[in-house]
Amino acid sequence: MSPTLAIIIRLLAILILMLTNGVMMIYMLRKVLGHLHIRLGPVHVGPYGLLQTPMDVLKLLTKEDITPRAVDKWLFFLAPAVVAVPSLMAYAALPFGDGLAAVGLETGLLFTFAVLSIVPIGILMAGWASANKWSLLGGMRAAAQQIAYEVPLLLSVLPAVMIAGTMSLGGIVEAQSGTWLAVIPRWFITNPLLWPTFLIFAIAGLVELNQTPFDLSEGESEIVAGFASEYSAMKFGLMFLAEFSNQFVLSALGVTLFFGGWMLPWAPMSWYEAVPVLAPAVFITKTYIGIFVMMWIRGTFPRVRIDQLMDLGWKRLIPAALFLIVLTGVIHKVVV
Amino acid sequence: MTEQLPAITFYVLSFAALGGAVSMMATRNVVHAAFWLLEVMLATAGIYLLLSAEFLALVQVLVYAGAVAVLTLFVIMLTLRRREDAVRPYPVGWGSLALAALLTGIVLVAITRFEPTLAALPEAAPGVEAFGREMFSTWMLPFEIASLVLLVALVGAVWWAGGEDR
Repeated sequence: MSPTLAIIIRLLAILILMLTNGVMMIYMLRKVLGHLHIRLGPVHVGPYGLLQTPMDVLKLLTKEDITPRAVDKWLFFLAPAVVAVPSLMAYAALPFGDGLAAVGLETGLLFTFAVLSIVPIGILMAGWASANKWSLLGGMRAAAQQIAYEVPLLLSVLPAVMIAGTMSLGGIVEAQSGTWLAVIPRWFITNPLLWPTFLIFAIAGLVELNQTPFDLSEGESEIVAGFASEYSAMKFGLMFLAEFSNQFVLSALGVTLFFGGWMLPWAPMSWYEAVPVLAPAVFITKTYIGIFVMMWIRGTFPRVRIDQLMDLGWKRLIPAALFLIVLTGVIHKVVV
Repeated sequence: MTEQLPAITFYVLSFAALGGAVSMMATRNVVHAAFWLLEVMLATAGIYLLLSAEFLALVQVLVYAGAVAVLTLFVIMLTLRRREDAVRPYPVGWGSLALAALLTGIVLVAITRFEPTLAALPEAAPGVEAFGREMFSTWMLPFEIASLVLLVALVGAVWWAGGEDR
């Protein structure tokens, strides 16, 4: 197989994963939130309401695409792409198995964060271009959140990088193979030193994703739908597709960094060689468990206020993350 | 074909960077100017990537595109009283034209006269690990001085913005 063909196949695989993930997650969100609210979620279209989401996709595709007269035309058209493209790029470095990534980057972790940092620019662009004060407020909130929480998110993963000794996502998974005392898997989450790190990662990650309780940029009770208010049809669809796909990427990063990536506990390496789909299946299952927890949080907590959010980010999480880096460095040097 | 590919990429990226910079100067809308600035930063990151400076390219995207551009946009959007204020009149006088011509002349002379002594480039670009080691051993002191300068700027900015009760 020629290298060009291989690259095209990988790109298509990622694209298909992103699209199916969107459809899957909308159904999952409805069902999970439904049961958390003690109701059933979709039940009428298809068995267990399974066909509800494909029907919604069809509806979005055939809907009239409205462009309000006052919008900034170029930016209005560009914004959904600026949101969706980095979101697609972020899949590139994720390790779905031993050496099974679209691109095996030495700086995979940094790459993923770098492309994800473009997403809020698209949101800001959408907010401005819509010529609507609610949209602009939503965009501004997204930008403020992004600037404040990018720092603790990046700092929070550094202790894991220091222990693994590499920034490549595949390398970080490899560093978690084996067991402590022949019982506990050596996943970073079983290392008490990394528990506070994981907590900061989880909080900052939820903020970066605009997830409830931190979804201030689209708080429907205050600013209609925030940056997405003026968007309709597939432009709206693209923005939400990107949002779901970012949740997948961040959950996958969490799995890679703290929960042993594509590895099952205690399973010998020969299993993955015998069944090639095992590693990707484990990785995706773990990622969806992470997504389930995010939805659980979403169904449980009320939205925070913007000043509380900023306080938490700048005054608590950043100093804590910096302290943890120093602590990990000292302990790592002394112990190893 | 394979040898030409980097050249084509280079020209596309250079065009994107220079064209973006010109558009940024030419547009009358300050918000558009900020977005053009962002485009220039991304194109520059692409050129770094072409030079195998992977880490530099990613940091360029993360810091300049992801943070500095967002801050710029944020400040522009916060300081605009009305949406219409984003479009500014664009007076081009003879004075500014003369200044631009003078600057272009100086830069042109400087570039053509300057003959840099290039050290031999290594076969392959060093990885991120080698880069880290070099940065925190040989270039430790300049790195720390740079971070100290940034810290002073940060503290200064906080003090400057610090309201009535400072």
